[in-house]
Amino acid sequence: MTSPLISVKDLTLRFKTDEGLVTAVNDVSFDIAPGEVLGLVGESGSGKSVTAKSLMMLNAENSVYEEGSQITLRLDDEEIDVLSLRRPREQMVIRGGAISMIFQEPMASFAPAITIGDQMVEQLMIHSDMTAAQARDVSIEMLTRVGIPEPVQRFGQYAFEFSGGMRQRAMIAMALSTKPRLLIADEPTTALDVTIQAQVIELMKDLVREFHMSILFITHDLGVIAQTADRVAVMYLGNLVETGTVRQVINSPAHPYTRGLLNSLPKLDDLDAPLTPVPGDIPSPLDRPSGCVFHTRCVESDAIAEKCRNEIPLTSIDGANHRVACHLAAQGDQP
Amino acid sequence: MSKDVLIAARDLSVHFPLRGLGFGKRPVVRACEGINIEIEKGSFFGLVGESGSGKTTLGRAMLKAAPISHGEVIFSDDEVTYDLASLQGPELKDYRKRAQLIFQDPYAALSPRMTVRDIIAEPLEVMGITSSRDETDARVREIAAKCRLNLEHLRRFPHAFSGGQRQRISIARALVSDPKFIVADESVAALDVSIQADVLNLLNSIQQESGITFLFISHDLSVIAHTCDFVAVMYLGQIVEAAPTEKLFSETAHPYTKALLSAIPSLDPDDQHVAQKLEGEIPSPINPPPGCRFNTRCPHAQERCRKEVPEWREVSGGHNVACHFYQELA
Repeated sequence: MTSPLISVKDLTLRFKTDEGLVTAVNDVSFDIAPGEVLGLVGESGSGKSVTAKSLMMLNAENSVYEEGSQITLRLDDEEIDVLSLRRPREQMVIRGGAISMIFQEPMASFAPAITIGDQMVEQLMIHSDMTAAQARDVSIEMLTRVGIPEPVQRFGQYAFEFSGGMRQRAMIAMALSTKPRLLIADEPTTALDVTIQAQVIELMKDLVREFHMSILFITHDLGVIAQTADRVAVMYLGNLVETGTVRQVINSPAHPYTRGLLNSLPKLDDLDAPLTPVPGDIPSPLDRPSGCVFHTRCVESDAIAEKCRNEIPLTSIDGANHRVACHLAAQGDQP
Repeated sequence: MSKDVLIAARDLSVHFPLRGLGFGKRPVVRACEGINIEIEKGSFFGLVGESGSGKTTLGRAMLKAAPISHGEVIFSDDEVTYDLASLQGPELKDYRKRAQLIFQDPYAALSPRMTVRDIIAEPLEVMGITSSRDETDARVREIAAKCRLNLEHLRRFPHAFSGGQRQRISIARALVSDPKFIVADESVAALDVSIQADVLNLLNSIQQESGITFLFISHDLSVIAHTCDFVAVMYLGQIVEAAPTEKLFSETAHPYTKALLSAIPSLDPDDQHVAQKLEGEIPSPINPPPGCRFNTRCPHAQERCRKEVPEWREVSGGHNVACHFYQELA
């Protein structure tokens, strides 16, 4: 087995706020292998973006990484301890060098008063030793590659002159032009229409194959995950509750929360199937439930409720790396 | 007009003139063009389309919240019949009681400075529906219970609530004037899936209990499929296909509807169907393409599509489509 490209181990992250320390990510561990697409799923407030941002040390000033948290990036000849990078110069490798990120709202990610081309050239010149002319050629080539028509004209335009789907393509072109090893895609298709979403997903699949890079794909849409990811990690209130291959998690979900998410989705092949919501709302991270964080909304926990309220479930592994953090699954009395 | 239609649009167009550059004709955004729909009493009518297709504008025109440039919208319940284009004064005020809107973003739709009780009570006071404070309170409590908000919630401010709860408050506010017709504009788009199902179930149960007619606007076909009885598909200001939900999914006729359906990512990781690709993006409604408006993106477009506007043809009972070649493509 090849060693993973990036390993996150026991990551715990809190934010200092006026109301005290808020735990955003709690004891999260996962690996991403080279060329693998890992889907990270969860509701808003589950900590998926914060987890992704910590790979690039992009979290706000008031974040505190708990002692023992570890993120290791393995490049060809060296291992980088990401959380120990303090100075901006050292951080260049994780910010656009070996790791790039594309965001949900492409309009907010481009500077409005600088042309798309200048922004692409600028980052290429920072991360490589190209001349401005070379960087320009590479940028135009990337714009062509992601399917933007008339790339030479588009190169000199501003973000507002692009449509939504086009902006997201330009964003992808920009993120990939430095040839990163890991691409973090934070809800890249959420703001797009379905027909455009299908185009962007198709494009990303092609690019993974071509550049052989890994992707951390963050989304709340399980359908998008099923079509893009190799492995899935499900997050709830800062905890990883289930990880496994996409087939394991979607075809035989082991955690009640994953089952709840799947049941609440409208399904097109059975229009009359009732929609079953996960009852209640996600609790405030200021007031995390004791024991299993999901017990306040869990419909399956009656049998060993006492245990769910008091004991933090350990992650159990069933054979083929399908991990779940649930007392019920550990007892083996799941359906 | 047949008896059980609550609201109908006939040849409805909504145009927004833009500021011109000084010379010549001022450009016009043709947000809706030649729309014909009939919404039956007590039905859940779905309107689906991409952003920029004019679905929100159509919903607003039916509430007389967007200018009706051409054609007519007729609202007719058991008590009154209104022609919305010429509606004004006290009759317009009366129509506002009968037709309500639920917005997309529950974070923006509620005033942060009003308590939940005041938010729900405001329409009652503004419209003069109740005459005393006690009566108002009683009505607010009744509606709140219907939307599963408890009494303690009524004293709080909106910031204390999650997205799903806020959307229930918006729904309560829309219901409080006892409307006959509600336009729900992307009402679940801003919610997480686990909460979305809850709000959809609530809307469905309200509709079944009180017989309110809903126009449900969404970009998400799978949500529409689960809630609505009848679906109309919009593209660039026009309705391209309309049918009872089951038929729309089983006998899809228009190439645009087919593309929309195939673009929904399947939940089955082994389902390797490749989304039927639509090239490009929706054109500008200022200068829509001639002929069939979908011809610039349609994989089957031919010469005729670029010249001739397709007629609105019946496929089978209640199922209509605007496409020259739907039979050949079936």
